[in-house]
Amino acid sequence: MPFMKFVKSLALPSEMLPPIIEEESHFDPETEHSAAKLGMWLFLATELLLFGGLFAAYAIFRAKYPEMFLEGSASLDVVLGTVNTVILIFSSYTVAIAVSAIQENRIRLVKWMLWITIICAAIFAVNKYFEYSYKISNGITPGTDIFYSIYYAATGVHMLHVFIGMAVLGVLLKKVNEGRYHKGNFTAIEIGGLYWHLVDLIWIYLFPLLYLA
Amino acid sequence: MVNSNTYKQYFNIWLLLMFLTVITVGAAQFDFGSLNIPIAMLIASIKAGVVALHFMHLKYEDGMTWIFATYPIFLLFLLIAFSATDIFTRVVN
Amino acid sequence: MSQSHSFDKSYLEDGTGFKSWFFTHDHKRLGVMYLWAIGIFFILAAIASFLIRFEHLTPGQTIVDAQTYNVLFTLHGAVMVFLFIVPGVAASFGNFLIPLMIGARDVIFPKLNLYSFWVYCAGAIIFLIALAAPADTGWTFYTPYSIDTGANVILVTFGVFVLGFSSILTGINFIVSIHKLRAPGLTWDRLPLFCWAAYATSLLQVLATPVVGITLLLLIGERYFGLGFFDPAKGGDPVLFQHFFWFYSHPAVYIMILPAMGIISEVIPVFSRKPIFGYKAIAYSSLAIALISFLVWGHHMFVSGQSKLINIIFSVITFAVAVPTAIKVFNWLWTMYKGSIELSAAMLYSLAFIFLFTIGGLTGLFLGALAADVHLHDTYFVVAHMHYVMIGGTVFGLFSAIHFWYPKMWGKMFDEFKAKIAFVLIFIGFNIVFFPQFILGTLGMPRRYFNYSPEFATLHQISTYGTWILGIGFIIMLYALLRPISNKAEANPYKSASLEWAMPSPPPTLNFEKIPTLTASTYDYGTKLEQEA
Repeated sequence: MPFMKFVKSLALPSEMLPPIIEEESHFDPETEHSAAKLGMWLFLATELLLFGGLFAAYAIFRAKYPEMFLEGSASLDVVLGTVNTVILIFSSYTVAIAVSAIQENRIRLVKWMLWITIICAAIFAVNKYFEYSYKISNGITPGTDIFYSIYYAATGVHMLHVFIGMAVLGVLLKKVNEGRYHKGNFTAIEIGGLYWHLVDLIWIYLFPLLYLA
Repeated sequence: MVNSNTYKQYFNIWLLLMFLTVITVGAAQFDFGSLNIPIAMLIASIKAGVVALHFMHLKYEDGMTWIFATYPIFLLFLLIAFSATDIFTRVVN
Repeated sequence: MSQSHSFDKSYLEDGTGFKSWFFTHDHKRLGVMYLWAIGIFFILAAIASFLIRFEHLTPGQTIVDAQTYNVLFTLHGAVMVFLFIVPGVAASFGNFLIPLMIGARDVIFPKLNLYSFWVYCAGAIIFLIALAAPADTGWTFYTPYSIDTGANVILVTFGVFVLGFSSILTGINFIVSIHKLRAPGLTWDRLPLFCWAAYATSLLQVLATPVVGITLLLLIGERYFGLGFFDPAKGGDPVLFQHFFWFYSHPAVYIMILPAMGIISEVIPVFSRKPIFGYKAIAYSSLAIALISFLVWGHHMFVSGQSKLINIIFSVITFAVAVPTAIKVFNWLWTMYKGSIELSAAMLYSLAFIFLFTIGGLTGLFLGALAADVHLHDTYFVVAHMHYVMIGGTVFGLFSAIHFWYPKMWGKMFDEFKAKIAFVLIFIGFNIVFFPQFILGTLGMPRRYFNYSPEFATLHQISTYGTWILGIGFIIMLYALLRPISNKAEANPYKSASLEWAMPSPPPTLNFEKIPTLTASTYDYGTKLEQEA
């Protein structure tokens, strides 16, 4: 049965996969793997500090204008915010599974998990789109007051990261489909996963700060 | 690193995160006064810590990665502390 | 490109034509391209500064009108800071030297290295187009003027944002390379001091740049979407912009100077024939500078309306950052003590560095002192201090590196005599340009002003004449470097003990056919190396 053959081919051990021509490398794989992870953590540090400016602005203006922030956050839709939180945490869970599955050559599982993650990201984006358009149709723009400045700036920059994350996961998925990743070559998925977790981490803070303040 | 327990563990972590999300939303329904933000941040930090340790595998990483992962938090604290000190001790004349 | 092929040809001969350079993963070629790029931007911004000085030859209008003058000093400052000195020594010599010094075949992420060069090129193009548009905010983009001005701000700040990306990626590459690719035996306490300095620089690039990134994004948002963070009319705080800006831009000062300090630490022991004095003190002081530099940004804001309390705190911590810097200066002096000093061109620039940087550093302490700063802030004293540190420090360090590693980089020898003449002119010219500016500043001449009172005319004129001597010096230096006297350089003409001199000049594409194992420090002068020779 061709279909079963196809399914089986997804779970072949790495030595039986078609040979992949790798980029010429001057370093041993173990060094490259640990280096890529260290480099990614450094990059995550820069991302954290990129959002740091927004968190600092939040801290200062919230202390300066407490009523404005209470009023502003009361006007945001907690249900939509909670749904988006659940979606992002779930997508973090699926990416974590994908990273482990690729190390066992469970290619089909990896594909499923990457697909689910991308779909979660898309749902998150759609929810955010409704949220923005509802606010803007009510005449609330980034210039309305400082709270909405922070709301739009922080969620906007975060949204940008969601889109970049979707693109990264999409490229990974494409390469998984091409059979480029397996037990012996999974670094890209691992660091792509780290990036996606960061998107989740930032939201974990933004959610209570903006919606529940 | 990966064994049959891994996926079960991820599932448990996910349940824990869901539980903490419920607590986040639940805690926001009560007014603790000036403690509102610290409590919300404490819960968020527990969640972030769980994600970092288990989903991002920080618990398997070496000391250098830990330094790079935590040092920016210290810098962020500095940025907030110094600029807030300025803004809230300014005397406008 | 087969492996063996990459060891018997020098990196300069391994492929010709535009594509072999612009798509290369070779850290040495990327370093050379950065060097050309920063050199061109240096000349561009220097021409702007010559015009600025020429304008000041007489009070009132001399050659350009006030608006053009504003555009010129914005161009000078912005190009010098963002295109020349921030990537500067780190991107050019950092790329060229780090893998050679740590005994690796390339940086750890060669492809990323190429991308960050491309990002740098893209950022530079955006930035230059934007500056020509023109921009008139100065290089600091202070709000609220930058929110209100009719001139171009969005594109300039976007250019800086893109350049920041390049800086971050290069920094990540260097940090991870130094962690993961050191050759066997090259422990942290044998690591060349240039690598220590580059490591500290990279830490700053990685950790400080994102803050200015978000600040500039928010500034774009203020102009484009009407965000209110820095706009007092909307309840925002314009001084908060300065906090965010200097949270990056003060550490950025050390991004500029630290690699130059690393170069001095390499050049001085070679031409003193003595092991470096206080290796650990110099190495750790680089890290200390990287850590403390995050704590002092408020000393740029003493007269911004910042609170008195935070002024005092920042002033006190500012004095602390002078300590690790002074540690370096004393260790360099002790390295030379009783050494057999050879006054080559590279050594002369290094000696001048110590002299000029000390003047720049000590006047920096005047400015860090709260009471003195209220008088001197935004005067020519600041201009003079900054140029003593940036030219006397970084540019002299860069020139020292260009002369010192010239044989290694190009496989050729330049004319020492011409280079020394150039040095003398540059050294004298530089001091004539900038020393009078200290006096102008204490007399109260404000910086960035188009016009000045007639009583300042003499000092302004002396300063302008100095730029002509300086300019002639630059031209002679360029001539000496572009017209080599020999096309065959030895592997180690200066008898350095560092790893990059252990291979042919210029090195082969993949550097080391066999990764070396180190058994001793790279600063063993006057001992083992001398006996072998």
